Amino acid sequence: MTITINGQPYDLPTDARVSLLDFMRERLDLFGTKKGCNQGACGACTVLIDGERVLACLALAAQYDGRSVTTIEGLADGEDLHPLQALFVKHDGLQCGYCTPGQIMSAIALSNEFSRGAPSSVTTDLDVPATPNREEIRERMSGNLCRCGAHNGMIEAITSYLSEHS
Amino acid sequence: MTMRTKDHHMPFVSSPFVTRRDVLVGSAATAAGLFLAEPGLATSLPNAPARSGLGTAYPRRDGPLKVRGAARFAAEHRFPGMVYGALVFSTIARGTIRRIETEAARAASGVVLVMTHENMPRLAPPEPFYASPTGMAGSAIPVMQDASVHWNGQPVAVILASTQEEADHAARLVRVDYEVAEAVTRFDDAAVGAPVAFYAGRDLQYRDGDAEAALAEAEASVDLEFSTPQQNHNQIELHAVTVAWQGGVLRMHDCTQGVDLSAITIAKVFGLDPSQVHLTAEFVGGGFGGKTLWQYHILAAAAARLAGRPVRMTLTREGVYRICGGRAPTRQRVALGARLDGRLTALIHTGTTMKIAQNSMTEPFMEAAEHMYRTDTMHLEIRAGVRDMLANTFMRAPGAAVGTFPLEVALDALAERLAIDPIELRIRNEPEVDPTTGKAFSQRALVGALREGAHRFGWQPRSGERLGRREGEWLVGTGMAAAYYPYKRFPGGAARITLGQDGRAVVELAVHDMGMGTGTATAAVAADRLGLPYEDIEIRYGDNRLPGNMIAAGSQQMAAIGAALTAARDALVAELAALVPAGAALHGRPAEALTTRDGALVLASDPATRMPLADLLARAERREVSAEAAAPPPSEAKEWSMHSTGAVFAEVRVNAVTGELRVSRITGVYDCGRILNSTLAASQFRSGIVMALGMALMENTLFDERSGRIANPSLAAYYIPAHLDAPEIDVAWTGIPDPEAPSGARGIGEISMTGVAASVANAVYDATGKRIHDLPITLDKLL
Repeated sequence: MTITINGQPYDLPTDARVSLLDFMRERLDLFGTKKGCNQGACGACTVLIDGERVLACLALAAQYDGRSVTTIEGLADGEDLHPLQALFVKHDGLQCGYCTPGQIMSAIALSNEFSRGAPSSVTTDLDVPATPNREEIRERMSGNLCRCGAHNGMIEAITSYLSEHS
Repeated sequence: MTMRTKDHHMPFVSSPFVTRRDVLVGSAATAAGLFLAEPGLATSLPNAPARSGLGTAYPRRDGPLKVRGAARFAAEHRFPGMVYGALVFSTIARGTIRRIETEAARAASGVVLVMTHENMPRLAPPEPFYASPTGMAGSAIPVMQDASVHWNGQPVAVILASTQEEADHAARLVRVDYEVAEAVTRFDDAAVGAPVAFYAGRDLQYRDGDAEAALAEAEASVDLEFSTPQQNHNQIELHAVTVAWQGGVLRMHDCTQGVDLSAITIAKVFGLDPSQVHLTAEFVGGGFGGKTLWQYHILAAAAARLAGRPVRMTLTREGVYRICGGRAPTRQRVALGARLDGRLTALIHTGTTMKIAQNSMTEPFMEAAEHMYRTDTMHLEIRAGVRDMLANTFMRAPGAAVGTFPLEVALDALAERLAIDPIELRIRNEPEVDPTTGKAFSQRALVGALREGAHRFGWQPRSGERLGRREGEWLVGTGMAAAYYPYKRFPGGAARITLGQDGRAVVELAVHDMGMGTGTATAAVAADRLGLPYEDIEIRYGDNRLPGNMIAAGSQQMAAIGAALTAARDALVAELAALVPAGAALHGRPAEALTTRDGALVLASDPATRMPLADLLARAERREVSAEAAAPPPSEAKEWSMHSTGAVFAEVRVNAVTGELRVSRITGVYDCGRILNSTLAASQFRSGIVMALGMALMENTLFDERSGRIANPSLAAYYIPAHLDAPEIDVAWTGIPDPEAPSGARGIGEISMTGVAASVANAVYDATGKRIHDLPITLDKLL
């Protein structure tokens, strides 16, 4: 049983209780993915699994045999930040930095969701593909809580990213 | 003594009334390049921020590290042989553990230790806040020292196991049999006969004249009752500690707002010298007053000692609610009497809050009323009932967050009764001097902030009528309120500056960054003090072995830093003066006549007489020069009335069918002294506004008064603002330096938590005609 994380293969744990989040943090020392509630309420543990966003605290590692995971550590190209990471810094879309990795991973997945036209609960016209206006972005990012109140900067960063990269 | 220093020239604003030009010094919108196209916001472009120096929008220094997920928090360090901790919490509010069955837990896979009061090492009780100058604990309750239970949720057992999964499983196998004792858990019961609270060295009571008589005789009056619920900080980082005993040293990776005070308090508990505790917290995933010293620190360290193994203890989210306190609930009365011209004749702000017997924290919700408005008579009083519950504690803007809500709603109601615009009512009651202390204001421009806020928001003046309008099924209204938070600087500030021959300086001080951008702002202040380029300053912090006993609390940290850096700079100049070689123009000059500027030691009175620092160190054959100094005692707030104020404006939309409440627009203008970094300041202001929107709209720790147990210990059941709840927030500031504050800055972390709930409640009234007196303003109250 192996799982690929940021391009590296790893043997999955034998203890079936181990969440994907605890597997990465406590067995692999991949601390970039954060634990904020361990019950799927805060979004700090958001990762991409085969391009879709998943809450790693609610995912048992053993479920993901053969799958490919991207975490915050897999975004930057060496010294160069991913464009969305750079935009978060530019627009000061962070304070303590704890929810930040989950916010960024969520926003990247959101970009994929828009590109296939998936609607959200604030989409008013279901006959046409949803477009990334601020209301849509806010709704789709609402599963990622931030207690420092860095929301404005994040939405600014994500809006810029989507307009430049979609 | 004042904090003015020889190179610290700041304008003094003698009048509380400032012109618009004075106000338009800084604008977050300009600083961040945001929102200028938003309708209804800034209609005139503020002046561009300075290119360098204090106020410059330097980006957050640790931003790149944080967006990579590479910043290491407390639970992200590892020691060899480390085991994982889990806690078992009591299920009764008060009583005694008759028997605790741990056999099954001990026998469970991977378990290394089960610790209860029966085998817990005997330790001293922790010193709580105010018990001593270094007390950092939330309560004085001894930690697992006997069979007694003091609150519902108290830790009664600790499990250590090889993995978190094994520890969590074993914790579920512990069975506890209690002898239940009668507990006081109801607000009404605890409020009966509750005494006037003693808090922060004084009785929370103030009387000037006969306010009740003045109220009864007033030409116009309001007399209103309010309540605010218990609230929790909900930092997204779970409280955690990674701890190891290394030789005689207790090594702790912590998330704390006070590395030194935590280390000292822990040292006393374990009977150690503070030098035997090495505690670091380079990154803290949100603090807001709640990242202090709680039982889990002591339990983790004790269990590590008992097991002879390093320990990682990460609280579950439920665990945070069970053992890390939040803001206490309040019931408040505000009554205002006024003449028909709006001048206040009576101001009464009284009420009751809850605490525990073993702490000294009373939510001081009368502080805004003490310092905000002139009045002929005044009566302020807070009574504190004692309950058997988890210790209440400091949460962002203690006192003012929940105290400005009733005060500013009552002013709105009075303005309506008098048919005077609510801004005008506040201006008519702007005091000449501090209303309760009679001291002169060090600097105050509330009136300027009110006027600027009105301009930016597009405030429609009103005289008693509601201006709310209907758009389809949405009722739209606007409201405003004033914001308030006191200036604070605590003793203990110190810093060390090490200047290298390469012209770079390393500044070391035991301060904290929970997201405020402390390292970034401190570098700018150090560059200003030293006359060195910002880029050549390195800041080291978050380690109790660095100078100072500082705490990131009460919005005081930057003031403490400013005073410490001035003192350390002066000490460094003295060291440098001693190195000036014979024959140099500066030779023989007393250190007091010298300063550093543009990379040189200079004569303060004639900066052209100078010696480059690199030359000075090279001539003296020194690779570096280091100096450490402590800040002078904080006397400025004793001599002056030092307070920050602000103006908050909100537009709300209430759905007439469902009662759904949305805050669609918000503007905050703050008078907090000098702004040290416009980007970070804008983020801080928005930060408090968002948290205050949570307080206004949704936050409520559901305390089951029958059992004394928190019923919603979860982010799934305690709601905080999500992205869709946070509108684009317009913030600005007067930027007028406070001549008595060490960097001209009074601190900005907490004021934006104040006034917001009142502005929202006042806007709700404008929209619907319903005055909501009980937070949060949920839709059931609007139907």
